[in-house]
Amino acid sequence: MKPEPVILPCGDSALSVELGAVIDETLNGRVLALDALVTAESPPGVIETIPTYRSLFVVYDPVVADYATLAAWFLDRANRALTPPKPGRNWQFPVCYGAEHGIDLPFIASRTGLSEAEVVRRHAAGLYRVYMMGFLPGFTYLGGLDAAISVPRRDDPRLTSPTGTISIGGIQTGIQCLASPTGWHLIGRTPARTYDPNRDPVFFLEPGDTVRFIAVSPDEFTALERRAAAGERVAEAGNP
Amino acid sequence: MSTIEIIEAGPYTSIQDRGRFGEQRYGLGPAGAMDRLSLGIANVLVGQAPGDAAIEIGPLPMTFRVTEGVVRIAVAGAVRGMTSDGRALSGHETILLNEGDRVQMRAASQGVFTYLAFEGGIRAEPVLGSLSVHARAGIGCPYPRALQPGDRITVGGASTRETERLLPPLAETHGPLRVVLGPQDEHFTPAAIAAFLAADWTISSTSDRMGFRLEGPKLEHAKGFNIISDGIAFGAIQVPGSGQPLVLMADRGTTGGYPKIAVVISADLPRLAQMPVGSKIRFAAVSVAVAQLEARAMAVTLAGLKDQVREIGGGELSSAFLLGANLAGGAVDALE
Repeated sequence: MKPEPVILPCGDSALSVELGAVIDETLNGRVLALDALVTAESPPGVIETIPTYRSLFVVYDPVVADYATLAAWFLDRANRALTPPKPGRNWQFPVCYGAEHGIDLPFIASRTGLSEAEVVRRHAAGLYRVYMMGFLPGFTYLGGLDAAISVPRRDDPRLTSPTGTISIGGIQTGIQCLASPTGWHLIGRTPARTYDPNRDPVFFLEPGDTVRFIAVSPDEFTALERRAAAGERVAEAGNP
Repeated sequence: MSTIEIIEAGPYTSIQDRGRFGEQRYGLGPAGAMDRLSLGIANVLVGQAPGDAAIEIGPLPMTFRVTEGVVRIAVAGAVRGMTSDGRALSGHETILLNEGDRVQMRAASQGVFTYLAFEGGIRAEPVLGSLSVHARAGIGCPYPRALQPGDRITVGGASTRETERLLPPLAETHGPLRVVLGPQDEHFTPAAIAAFLAADWTISSTSDRMGFRLEGPKLEHAKGFNIISDGIAFGAIQVPGSGQPLVLMADRGTTGGYPKIAVVISADLPRLAQMPVGSKIRFAAVSVAVAQLEARAMAVTLAGLKDQVREIGGGELSSAFLLGANLAGGAVDALE
């Protein structure tokens, strides 16, 4: 049984269509289906959308569209079957795990009772789904973490973490592009940049894509990082 | 085409236009002017579209020099003393500057952000449809960061028109900042909603283009302070575990995991953006319908600015006299 969709006003120029209240692949798939309907039907006044775990955030121009009309439009679409779209592309992200690139690996190992090598093996064995991108450019929220290597967020967030950080926060793992504060645990770094304003395309991941991590050595990391700085994508699209 | 060079600039001085839309789904926020009304006034005076790019000048002093050609500028927003080689300059009117002229703008005496627009606009290649600087994202044109001394900006050259132009002041708005409650007002106790609407909030010194932190009573969550991350609007007021609200502004993150008690209506965002650190503010709840009427009224005002522009003729008073040097609105506080 699917929960009733809810439309919430977010001021006078945005609204949120909530399709449920959990982090779940099917629910996220329905959000992407609703997002695809917006692209297909382009309701007047809609400027852009942000698909998130369980809701679609809609930015609109209140001069063109009023809330009541748009809310009715979205409620109607949200009540349809909303078949989740086919899986997107699969990406392989090189990651240098542990040591200086993943300073929290010893903590994750001790907290989970696994060896560092086993934590890395399990993290690199996963097939992850891109649930959403948000907060900062290129920050990618991934679902599908092995429950055995899940660790709760830090009580005291770190004031900074480097570009390309791969981290674990609860049942989620993430790819971060820009250096930023984080409450998640740093397990490794990827040389790939999910956001590069000087590259075309600036972004390449899409919600609904899948991601695998490929462990690389510190030397390989350094070489790949140089190529990424020159504008190469470094992460490869391939078969899941 | 002409060129200006930045001689002195405070930390919050950057090129901004209406903002960059379409990439929020990838985490790239729109940035854009903090006060879109003042951006519009400065632009329309020099014949540009209201949402075109201008230099957004933070509260500290700024000096620039015309290094090449002749330029025509207009200034609106926060009030500050302005001189060019001893000549006093006024906001809300066009000013012709010759090659070599240096313009000194003092710290803002009322308001926070001043907008400096150029006839012919700022000439740079947009990235993803906009020149707006988002410093944390390292994007913006021609410099992907706040402006620094030595930066050179290409602008359209001044037309050969004989007369300068002015815009009469807009009616000032007073009173509490209006908000639409939600999207997560249900995450707060009724007492917290009442306190949110009754308190005098103080804008904290840690405020910037990302957000304005507010100090006041601790707001209590009814269902904890974590939600499943969702989208964030310009003016959304999120309340983290500390119970102290944060109004998210132009450089906000696109999504977040704290409940949002309310969103400031778009027509009141320019007024909020111009409130310096230490200002006292109060909120009043309105319906979405009222907020949308106000948003449309602001759009009508912006679209109608070009019809309000007047030539400064021989006998006509300069806007400096008309305005009494009060451009951004005298209200430092937004209470009753």
